Amino acid sequence: MPIAPSQYDHDVRASDAEFPASDRTRSEDYLWTLNFGPQHPATHTTLRLVLTLDGERVVDALPEMGYLHSGFEKLGEHLTFNQYVTVTDRMNYISPMANNVAWHCAVEKLMGIQLTPRCQYIRTIIAELARISDHLLSNGAVGLDVGAFTFFLYAFYQREVIYDIFETLCGARFTNSYTRVGGVSHDFTPLVVQKIRDFIKTFPKTLADMERLLTRNRIFVDRTKGVGVLSKEAAINGGASGPVARASGVPRDLRKDEPYLAYADFQFQVCCAAAGDCYARYLVRMQEMRESLKIVAQAIENLPAGDIHIGIDQRTSLPTKKQVYSTIEGTISHFELSMANRGFEVPCEESYMGTEAPNGELGFYIVGDGSESAYRARCRPPSLLHFSLFPQLIRGHTLSDVVAVLGSLNIIAAELDR
Amino acid sequence: MPISIPMPSTPPLTADTSDILRFLTERFGALETSLFRDQTRIVVPESKSLEVLAFLKDSGFDMLVDLTCVDYLEYRDALRRYGLVYLLASTLTNQRLTLRVFVDDPVMNPHAVLSDGPEAADKPMPTVRSAVPLWAAANWLEREVWDLFGVRFLGHPDLRRLVMPDAFTAHPLRKDYPLQGRGERHNFPVLTRDDG
Amino acid sequence: MALELPENVVVSKLDELANWCRKNSLWPMPFATACCGIELMATGAAKHDLARFGAEVFRFSPRQCDLMIVAGRVVMKMLPVLQRIWLQMHEPKWCISMGACASTGGVFDTYAVVQGIDRFLPVDMYVPGCPPRPEQLIQAIIDLQDKIQREGTITGREFSTVERQLRKRALVESADLLTVDASRNPNIQRAMSDRSAIRRIQTS
Repeated sequence: MPIAPSQYDHDVRASDAEFPASDRTRSEDYLWTLNFGPQHPATHTTLRLVLTLDGERVVDALPEMGYLHSGFEKLGEHLTFNQYVTVTDRMNYISPMANNVAWHCAVEKLMGIQLTPRCQYIRTIIAELARISDHLLSNGAVGLDVGAFTFFLYAFYQREVIYDIFETLCGARFTNSYTRVGGVSHDFTPLVVQKIRDFIKTFPKTLADMERLLTRNRIFVDRTKGVGVLSKEAAINGGASGPVARASGVPRDLRKDEPYLAYADFQFQVCCAAAGDCYARYLVRMQEMRESLKIVAQAIENLPAGDIHIGIDQRTSLPTKKQVYSTIEGTISHFELSMANRGFEVPCEESYMGTEAPNGELGFYIVGDGSESAYRARCRPPSLLHFSLFPQLIRGHTLSDVVAVLGSLNIIAAELDR
Repeated sequence: MPISIPMPSTPPLTADTSDILRFLTERFGALETSLFRDQTRIVVPESKSLEVLAFLKDSGFDMLVDLTCVDYLEYRDALRRYGLVYLLASTLTNQRLTLRVFVDDPVMNPHAVLSDGPEAADKPMPTVRSAVPLWAAANWLEREVWDLFGVRFLGHPDLRRLVMPDAFTAHPLRKDYPLQGRGERHNFPVLTRDDG
Repeated sequence: MALELPENVVVSKLDELANWCRKNSLWPMPFATACCGIELMATGAAKHDLARFGAEVFRFSPRQCDLMIVAGRVVMKMLPVLQRIWLQMHEPKWCISMGACASTGGVFDTYAVVQGIDRFLPVDMYVPGCPPRPEQLIQAIIDLQDKIQREGTITGREFSTVERQLRKRALVESADLLTVDASRNPNIQRAMSDRSAIRRIQTS
């Protein structure tokens, strides 16, 4: 039974304002349309671009998304806060720990919970390891799309080392669902600390190897320098954040501007560049990996001792078995948290918490209604705003630059579509 | 002897949030403000929302962090149905501000199923003026709110669906739309080995 | 009277020979949508190398592949694209549904996610996991290779057998319930009643 193609073609309409009259293609027959479809190796999973080309030069690009929209925000209204963290893993799936930290920091802000120092340090460490993992894959994908396969394999090998650390910590390579309200699920064991220390020792050498491959490579520089320039005003007006904005000269880093967790205790620099092209974004990400490694090194040496969960009288974290059997507070907490129809109280209020995720400002706007599940769990995805900037970055460049620009923006389809 | 100094039309950039609120109330009249966990929230009626946003942009809030909507249909003690949330930030002074605009469905018939229906221009939908002239970031964020909630934005250059397929008819994030949908997700032809 | 064969002559059935060739050079077409796509890339990377099993080239063109690995959740906007790519692949072709989301919808029982691609495509191998470890995917490829060796024919006759054309029984029953209303779902009912109960406790 043949399937009529018209069933699958989306009717792509664009209005006049998005394509100004000088760019309209009706009177110009030499312009042709290329569908850079949702299934394409270089589109980093499911994005779609409808390119209007003059030979090889891109006259305009119409981005389309939604090919991975799974109803995350509606799910957030039916799952409890501790259940929803599993769903946040699957948003920016190349750094899931960062999403877990962002979600639970937002929940704890709504509930007004102050974490223990050890928990703050642990969350900082894993968030920075997730940042290294994200930048490795992002730059690796830029390298892969431009043609550097070895660079990609080096990056993936280092990511396997980070996966190993996470697996030793909580049992899952990625999609860890590691954080809980008021704490984390597993504490650092000496083996985990040892593995992180080994990683800190061996990573700089690999990073230097990777830089030697690409940073001064004539081919790479020619392909990325001057390509996809984003001006500072366009970055701010378009809502860009993270490395994309910092590479355009916007010196905004939420770890320094609005310190959360334990970032105020560490010394690190915010990496910015002025050029705003793909090469600048690549360099910013490479340097940020070094800064993240510095943070991890400082944190792991100064890890405070103590409990990772907040006190049981706050009725949000599950108490330990010893507490349950020997103290009345523990028993009550355990009852309150485990029985159905009970659970912790959340104020009937709304709050927003933005964190510096590897991709940009990842924030959650949570509306609480008194129960254990959110009334509305809105995720503010950095990739959405970066992808909306794509047309202005690509006008005038060639078809091969589409791949470089798309890779450098690091658009993760799951975060984009939710 | 008091000297009358003409108030500047926009406050200086180094003002903190309480100063901005003062300028806002002087310019636009009394506004409902609240403070929760170090976040300042302002409720603005729809008639003034675009002017207030323009004023705030000129005052230094150059970044629109997020534009989203909350459907208060099942919220306890809610009076209006849709609450649009504008999260603003200033890259120069590091301040944040939350603006809320409440709108309602135009047809207040409790028996009408408002979550689906054709997207015809004559179908009454809650309407707000678009913030696209102020921030380019609002373009896709408003499209998403239209797609998922059905709030129409006047003056938006290209208001069509963003995340759902174009042929989809409902607005899924409304509270009267079920989580599993109404069968749209399985309404596709089946391929067997013979068709290959 | 035995026939003496020199060392460099092999006698075999044509089917077995064709199966051996096909199974050891499965070229995957990675249809990677979400997190399972990253594990797919990790399986192809240096530590767990998929190239050892013949799946050397991850060609992204359906015209050049014979194994489609659907890795990640498939939403209804993407399903027509998936079906079109399946139709563009040449016979003989196989399909691996990698991960819980591709097999059954996974965590996402929502309005947008297809609850299992086998409702709309013929699937040969399912890999459970969220995401499955690379070793699990490699095991699935090995199992698929065994399946091809057991059942394959040179002309592809096995794809026309009755067993392959049957719709799965579980899907036939659930596919009839095309309108699933959340208010009839007992889990959602319980969750909704719990929340209202909590509100009642707080207002009293």
